[in-house]
Amino acid sequence: MKKVLIPLALFIGLVVFLAVGLKRDPREIPSPLIGKSAPHFTLFTLEGGDAKFSPSDMQGQVWMLNVWATWCVACREEHPVLVAFSEKNQVPIVGLSYKEIQPQDPAYKAPFDEKLKLARERSEVWLKRHGNPYVTSVMDMDGRVGINYGVYGVPETYVIDKTGVIRYKFVGAVSPALLAEKIMPLIAELNKS
Amino acid sequence: MNGACALSVSMVIGCVQPMAFAQATAASSGLAAGREAPLMAEDPKLEARLVDISQELRCLVCQNESLASSHAELADDLRQEVRELIRSGKSDQEIKDFLVARYGDFVLYRPEVKPLTWVLWFGPFLLLGIAAIFLGMYLRQRRALAVPVALSDEARERAKQLLKG
Amino acid sequence: MIPELGHFALILAAVVALMQGVLPIAGTLVRDAQTQVTLQSLARPTAALQFALVAFAFGALAAAFLGNDFSVQYVAQHSNSLLPKPYQFAAVWGGHEGSLLLWVLLLALWSVAVAVFSRSLPLDMVARVIGVLGLVSVGFLLFILTTSNPFERLLPAALDGRDLNPLLQDPGLVIHPPMLYMGYVGMAVAFAFAVSALMSGRLDAAWARWSRPWTVVAWMFLTFGIGLGSWWAYYELGWGGWWFWDPVENASLMPWLVGTALIHSLMVTEKRGSFKAWTVLLAIAAFSLSLLGTFLVRSGVLTSVHAFASDPKRGVFILIFLAVVIGSSLTLFAWRAPRVALGGRMELVSRESFLLANSVLLVVATAAVLLGTIYPLIIDALNLGKLSVGPPYFNAVFAPLLVPTVFLIIPGSVARWRDANLREIALKLRWTFASALGLALVLPFALGGWSIGAAFGFFLGLWVALGTAQQVLARVNKPGRIPASFWGQHFAHLGMAVLVMGITGVKSYEVERDVRMQIGDVVTIAPYTFRLNSLDEVRGPNYKAVRADVQVLRNDKIIEILQPEKRRYFSSAMPMTEAGIDSGFMRDLYVSLGEPLDDARTEWSMRVYYKPFVPWLWGGVLLMVFGGLLAALDRRYRK
Repeated sequence: MKKVLIPLALFIGLVVFLAVGLKRDPREIPSPLIGKSAPHFTLFTLEGGDAKFSPSDMQGQVWMLNVWATWCVACREEHPVLVAFSEKNQVPIVGLSYKEIQPQDPAYKAPFDEKLKLARERSEVWLKRHGNPYVTSVMDMDGRVGINYGVYGVPETYVIDKTGVIRYKFVGAVSPALLAEKIMPLIAELNKS
Repeated sequence: MNGACALSVSMVIGCVQPMAFAQATAASSGLAAGREAPLMAEDPKLEARLVDISQELRCLVCQNESLASSHAELADDLRQEVRELIRSGKSDQEIKDFLVARYGDFVLYRPEVKPLTWVLWFGPFLLLGIAAIFLGMYLRQRRALAVPVALSDEARERAKQLLKG
Repeated sequence: MIPELGHFALILAAVVALMQGVLPIAGTLVRDAQTQVTLQSLARPTAALQFALVAFAFGALAAAFLGNDFSVQYVAQHSNSLLPKPYQFAAVWGGHEGSLLLWVLLLALWSVAVAVFSRSLPLDMVARVIGVLGLVSVGFLLFILTTSNPFERLLPAALDGRDLNPLLQDPGLVIHPPMLYMGYVGMAVAFAFAVSALMSGRLDAAWARWSRPWTVVAWMFLTFGIGLGSWWAYYELGWGGWWFWDPVENASLMPWLVGTALIHSLMVTEKRGSFKAWTVLLAIAAFSLSLLGTFLVRSGVLTSVHAFASDPKRGVFILIFLAVVIGSSLTLFAWRAPRVALGGRMELVSRESFLLANSVLLVVATAAVLLGTIYPLIIDALNLGKLSVGPPYFNAVFAPLLVPTVFLIIPGSVARWRDANLREIALKLRWTFASALGLALVLPFALGGWSIGAAFGFFLGLWVALGTAQQVLARVNKPGRIPASFWGQHFAHLGMAVLVMGITGVKSYEVERDVRMQIGDVVTIAPYTFRLNSLDEVRGPNYKAVRADVQVLRNDKIIEILQPEKRRYFSSAMPMTEAGIDSGFMRDLYVSLGEPLDDARTEWSMRVYYKPFVPWLWGGVLLMVFGGLLAALDRRYRK
């Protein structure tokens, strides 16, 4: 009698997993960088000239890294949220301009200095129009730094603690709810230590 | 390119607008004597290794495609990254580790064999083994069987009644 | 107006399906003989009425597409006034809602077929089978009506539709889904027969004989549908791949594997009355996997290039439906199966034991595919992270399981029923074994290089092919009429052999060249030379394209002209590639146009492939389908 119940038992198990699976998003990829040091880089900033920035510059502070670009539609959605957030709180937000000059752009094949200049110009114009929540913005022209940070879509946002360890990553447009429920409490906690 | 040709596209369906000046006619000999087209890849050996590695990696932004075949921009970037890693002498495993460190296990199409995936890798063969054992037991049992009589529902009912009292 | 009528027809169909599902089965449970007959006799007419109503609804939707009625939301999403008429029709099943309507239509069609071709079955059996089919129909119709109505209006109407996805604008769309769905849905008939047998308690050889032709026909369609899908992907996607272990592909392979096991198990139940419980379980499993496939493809739990736009709400409905249908049939199985009488005696080595081994191997293979497909889901559900299971896994696990399954085809078909002798079988087959081995060792050299994989694959294919030929020759030389099922069996097995050889050949010997070409350049893959002759701009009904004229030369003579295209459809930003393919008996020559490499567009990237044995993939599938057709037409079943 018992053997004939095996198919039913297995099936019930399957249904349970499928039911739980319905609530999950199979496209969401958790980051393996949580709990690890923010990967080092040195990139030119938006400000111009030879000014550069590295994550180590932020040592001792809790800060946020926001990956964006002027061609990114979803970034336009989250931008007002970030701008409002930057005005209220004391968490510095550093922008990472990700591949501002895209492969389809004729300027893609131009020498690096020209591309950088063009990228800076476009970004500045865009930030002037939509507001600038960033203390500074770094120019990741070829996306290599993005790869090191596990960027696979734009926008993405990281929370990094005082010792330079990544504590949180969010893929997608940041909403006020997310800020209130997840990011602010985390930052408050990290600021205490 | 002939600009005039490009602009004057006829509205007739299926019209053909020649783009190039030089069109060879279908003469028989000498056709095969053209320039041997150069490979897209600058370094065929490297490309071959890239294909082997990237076939086992997943395109992160696609709906289930390998890094080898995807046309997505991120896929182009990651393939370039893998090329650099190959050039710098990294082994296949090191390259995979590089990507896993940044994107997690999700990026591997061949799941690593670790406790989390033991059921996956060994399950089917374990199941085969168990099934084979059961099969053997079943057949041995059948061997010793006398020819049974199939009972219909009524006969079974009658038997039950008789057995009850 | 017509869409509303179509919608109304679906509502009526759901009501009729409910009647079809409940009344005839009720007729098998009541005591009064007169009521029994009355209720059971409702099976056939309700099935016919349901079909008529669903067919009307389908016709209404088709009319909306062909009439460019963009006030129907589904039409606006999947069609366009410039879309050629055949694709406008096929677009009916180009999206989730319409494809479900196709599902339901075909289910109703199968139900009518059962109603028509069941004269020799007892009425109560007909009542149960059609009743079960009716209950399944109700579920799907309710699903459509509550979550996936294709007749939803779009107000104000769109000026023109969003167009059918360019990848789907292909003859493949016209034929692949209907064939595939005929197979998926056909498994419901075997399922209905199995559940009916459990309900009635009558599980005997006669039941197996009735079930078998239905199962074989469903299997035929499924084989054809899967093969078509593979062929379509091959020529459509531009790089000549034909199987990706994508979840949706796996969803079609699993019922096929179990369906194959079921056909072989039915053989034993029919002949010797054995394996009844196992056969019934396989029949339940085959359709369950069809339903599971429907769930996986439409719920959004897995990512796939084939997935319809997913919606968790739909997923919930299908899951509940799945749970109810399969859960209740497995419960019925647990309750009734132990009562089923035992079969006959059999030896450790006998045809029965070979067929049982076949079942076991195919079921384990199915379990492997299922495990690989849903493992990411399981790990995620347990909060243990996210991982991917792709082709490397499936190739590593599935192939070893299939090898013994294919190998055993020959000893299994040679072995006697009830009691066979292993030594005797080995003696009978020794020359076949030796020939296959010899040829397999030599063949790779003729094809371009030795590899153990190629030799092994060829051995397996030759073993089955020569073993089949041996048996055919032996039988043909004996007196007496040869039943159609004999030919069916051997053609199907031969098809498998051809498929195995095809897979081996293509994987071991295909050549790919990724090149940059200008007009006049050549690519040489001996003995062929590919020459880019010209590049032209071409206009289609709803696209613009660049077409390359590629001459294929052999011994300096043009044997073929291939015309790969790079298309830009007006409705989509995505460029589409149409490969140029020359198919021969032994090989395909495949050229695919890439991107322009310079601003003047005089140099283009191109991919040139030499793919030996690819036609054997399709040939093998067609042989299997043909074998199935012969088997189903056997005189025994045409009564």
